[in-house]
Amino acid sequence: MTGSVVTGHVLALGTPWDGVPALVLPALGQTAEMVGIVMSIVVCLGGPLGLLIFNTSPRGLAPHPRVNASVSWVANLGRSLPFLVLMATVIPFTQLVVGTTIGVQAAIIPMSIAGTAFFARITENAVREVPPELLDVGVASGASRWQIIRSIQLTEALPGLAAGLTLNIIAMIEYSAIAGAIGAGGIGYLAVNDGYEQFDAHIMLACIGTLILIVQVIQFTGDRVVRYLLH
Amino acid sequence: MADFQGKQMIEISGLTKRYGSHTVLDNINFAVDSGSIAAIVGRSGAGKSTLFRCVNLLERPTSGTVRVDGQELTHLSRRELRTARRAIGTVFQSANLLRRLTAAQNVALPLRFLGLSDEEVHQRVRELLERVGLLHRANHYPAQLSGGQRQRVGIARGLATRPSVLLSDEATSGLDPETTRSILRLLTELRDDLGVTIVVITHEMDVVRSVADVVAHLDRGRIVESGRVGEVVRRSDSPLATSLLPTDPAPAPLAGEVVWQLRYTDAIVDPNWLTRVSRELDTDIALLSGLVETVGGDHAGRLTVRMSGRLSPATVAGAFAAYGIHAQVASAADELAVAS
Ligand SMILES: Nc1ncnc2c1ncn2[C@@H]1O[C@H](COP(=O)(O)OP(=O)(O)OP(=O)(O)O)[C@@H](O)[C@H]1O
Ligand SMILES: [Mg+2]
Repeated sequence: MTGSVVTGHVLALGTPWDGVPALVLPALGQTAEMVGIVMSIVVCLGGPLGLLIFNTSPRGLAPHPRVNASVSWVANLGRSLPFLVLMATVIPFTQLVVGTTIGVQAAIIPMSIAGTAFFARITENAVREVPPELLDVGVASGASRWQIIRSIQLTEALPGLAAGLTLNIIAMIEYSAIAGAIGAGGIGYLAVNDGYEQFDAHIMLACIGTLILIVQVIQFTGDRVVRYLLH
Repeated sequence: MADFQGKQMIEISGLTKRYGSHTVLDNINFAVDSGSIAAIVGRSGAGKSTLFRCVNLLERPTSGTVRVDGQELTHLSRRELRTARRAIGTVFQSANLLRRLTAAQNVALPLRFLGLSDEEVHQRVRELLERVGLLHRANHYPAQLSGGQRQRVGIARGLATRPSVLLSDEATSGLDPETTRSILRLLTELRDDLGVTIVVITHEMDVVRSVADVVAHLDRGRIVESGRVGEVVRRSDSPLATSLLPTDPAPAPLAGEVVWQLRYTDAIVDPNWLTRVSRELDTDIALLSGLVETVGGDHAGRLTVRMSGRLSPATVAGAFAAYGIHAQVASAADELAVAS
């Protein structure tokens, strides 16, 4: 890598522009992989957790104060620590599950924990927005609780869930960048390791540009999906 | 169904519902015959919707029993209750359609819960939408429908499982007279063609007069008056009769004349009574105001007339009584003259 001195500051212009894609694109792939895996876990765990929290609440289909309080407490736990702290806290657990505390696989554990707690609240809120009279429609027509959850709660909450999912994906991209600190790879790691630590301005700019672009694209797509679902 | 004619389809006895210390329903006793239309009236906050929600156990009564089709609902297990509810169609205040489903999908919902095949669901939904006159709106979302159309989709959905009982909470509130009439016609058809037992909750007396067989007046959680509509309207000192057939306040009579309030007391009254009484008494009868209707197959009427003061009140009252009409002096010119 070449460096140059500009007006007293040590600033490495770093990787020539035509070499940037070769570094950024694989990193983008890693970020996508990490966020993709994490989001599948998040939806599979956080969705049911959110439904459980809402439906055990007084307004839910099976009110149960004690279950509600415990599940709610667990979901809050996952959201109460700043991500960096959470990541450090769960290191022993990460070691136990994936056998390493650095790299993409290691990052997936804390990201999934934080994301699941996040999505549980998003699901709970989206389902809470469904007017209670619509649940009565299900109860009055002799539907089972599961049928009501599927055909009424989830159906009506879908636009809210899609909006929440968009938020969640963007938050996970942010977390993946933080996870770069433990060598998780991806855009965040590239920005921190090459861009910041090695003063590579080109890499830094490319990473920033890429992050801005993907967040915009995801938000735009999310908004379009929500609008489509709202009829 | 024929041999069940006259059987009580809904029997509510000793029903009490409290929220905390607030008693919303107080010892309600009420029964509805199979294949008839019952109306529950009462002012806002009287407990009508709460009663409606107790009949299909959306709300559990604090005490008392609710029997539908001979089944004691409060004793059923969760599973049995689900089955029993399928025989009770529900039409909610403000329709309660799922926003994200089309009219057809909304109607299909209870059928999907039953687990019918796509083929059966499709066919049944077509029939139902046709019955409520909305086949051409099948693929519209609730936001694209008018209030009356939404209400009709709600009724179609309430009928989807071919229930023997239909509960409707203010299904016609806030709709224009034309739409209201079409919905009431539909309810009458359901009773006459399918023998559905219907309970309508309403605050519109027109609705009671035009479709109900029996009526109950709910006031602060108690049934204060009830009976067959045709019979209730003939009661003399009944607030319900007065609100079912309101009369204008008696206008001031001219000197030497008497204003009479007339009320039908017989179920069937000779339609030509006015001219006949006039001829028999050999006097003119001026019709000031009145409402004459057929309610539940019976004749009902409340009228105000003005007649000469020459005739003895006993003669006049007797002449009307012969036609099944109760006559009562509203005010006489003399009294007014004294007063002024
Ligand atoms: N879940 C509840 N908790 C506490 N009080 C309630 C509840 N539901 C209804 N009430 C009370 O019960 C009373 C009757 O309510 P209800 O909805 O049955 O009246 P309504 O006759 O249907 O009135 P409207 O004509 O305005 O619809 C009201 O005073 C209301 O505040
Ligand atoms: Mg009400």
